[in-house]
Amino acid sequence: MRSVSIAGIGQTKVKEHWDKSLRNLATEAVLDAMKDAHVDYADALYVGNMLSGELTGQENLGALIADEVGLRGIEALKVEAACGGGGGALRVGYLAVASGQFDAVIVVGAEKLTELSNCGTTAALAMAADSEYETIHGISFVALNALLMKRYMHEYDLVPEDFAMFSVNAHANAAHNPYAMFRSPITLDQYKNSRNVADPISVMDSAPIGDGAAAVVLMATDNLNGTRARAVKIAASASATDSLALHDRRDPLWLGAAELSSKKAYAQAGVTPNDIDLFEVHDAFSIMSVMSLEASGFAERGRGINFAREGELTPKGKLPVSTMGGLKARGHPVGATGVYQAVEAVTQLRGEAGKNQVPNARIAMTQSLGGVAANAVTHIFTN
Amino acid sequence: MDLARSWRLKDQRYRLEGTVCANCGAKFFPPRQVCTECKSQNLTPHEFDGHGEVYSFSTVYQAPLGHEGNLPYIVGMIKLDEGPMVEAQITDVNPSDLKIGQRVEMVTRKLREYGENGLIVYAYKFRPLPNAN
Ligand SMILES: [Zn+2]
Repeated sequence: MRSVSIAGIGQTKVKEHWDKSLRNLATEAVLDAMKDAHVDYADALYVGNMLSGELTGQENLGALIADEVGLRGIEALKVEAACGGGGGALRVGYLAVASGQFDAVIVVGAEKLTELSNCGTTAALAMAADSEYETIHGISFVALNALLMKRYMHEYDLVPEDFAMFSVNAHANAAHNPYAMFRSPITLDQYKNSRNVADPISVMDSAPIGDGAAAVVLMATDNLNGTRARAVKIAASASATDSLALHDRRDPLWLGAAELSSKKAYAQAGVTPNDIDLFEVHDAFSIMSVMSLEASGFAERGRGINFAREGELTPKGKLPVSTMGGLKARGHPVGATGVYQAVEAVTQLRGEAGKNQVPNARIAMTQSLGGVAANAVTHIFTN
Repeated sequence: MDLARSWRLKDQRYRLEGTVCANCGAKFFPPRQVCTECKSQNLTPHEFDGHGEVYSFSTVYQAPLGHEGNLPYIVGMIKLDEGPMVEAQITDVNPSDLKIGQRVEMVTRKLREYGENGLIVYAYKFRPLPNAN
């Protein structure tokens, strides 16, 4: 396997893009990434997306987007792993270049979630879970996370406010990210007084849906030419699975796939959790942040909360998380999110993160989760 | 589509029918074709008695399409006495009276309706039992 680098990045703002279609958003992000990488060609294109068929009546995104960006003829496929599809597409792109099959590959995550009513989108997002044994019972995707949060609070004697720092940090960081959906900080009071979606999860615990696209250009590190100075190396790429349904897990409070994929990634990169300078965590819900930190070896079991309390997750803390706003405040266009995370890691490692810059950032990790971490894709980047 | 699916799943939904592994005795709900414990493919039907306790629960205020008429409702994870965990709605109780650890039993109730062809889906839900002590 040969070394793979990210030679260019592109992204659209995450928001309700009523004036743009899925193809417009994907095309915008891809063209930006190609310009940033100084390339006008790629051997293949992989699209991370979850719900184009359900919400926009459009599948076969590979062919659609390859043609739209001027690359008709190349290999182009959609990768689906629910909300982890972006990470999955990056993984497929990585494998294609690392294996020697292709020299340059484009990975784009694109999602359009605001075409339908709220109930329709809620029903569509629940397709990430087990349709015959979870969804049919009216258990929304938020409710699955609520079931975990409730049990976690019960086992560790916590109240919802204990989780607030994850959202407060995410919003504070998004305020300085021009591509983020929410640009204003929130207070503890706003967190406490926010509306319940599925008890104990409130609006302020959950990432907002939005439309958006993010893209990266991957190249064999040896083939980088004029773009070498700003390129970021993919030091590790790993993914793993858990049971799709929560009820099939022996220990529902432990994210087995996150643990497996992060361990594989640490081994591949030759690093430990202590070496990671920033972590783009899949903070679709605060409880997911807590459990991901534990499963990925950053906090002991039941201690993920203390991590937040002690202020260690801000850009100047011991392990900055959600440095550009995370899913919570940058916004969560589900199948695109994993690619946004990669774009943000590259931004940090290039030293271009502005007010959110993590000082001396050298090693960044991203983790993209599909379903309630039924799929976990972990990447580690270095410069 | 949902007509065939509802028919196919009726034994599970009405009687909590899962499977038991003929090789190692592990019990499964939902039914499985391959035993997760010993990988045996020799599994036979097993009807669960429907008793268990609440592992976790949540009151849902924002529902997926098709469930919005029932808001708010309670969903839960039920640890069956016979082993498996089941996810389902919890009924006949106010959320404020419900606690983790509550003893429950399975009942068959109407779950939802599908608009045009009028299909009504019935399924298991769980309701509280008096606690043992
Ligand atoms: Zn067995």
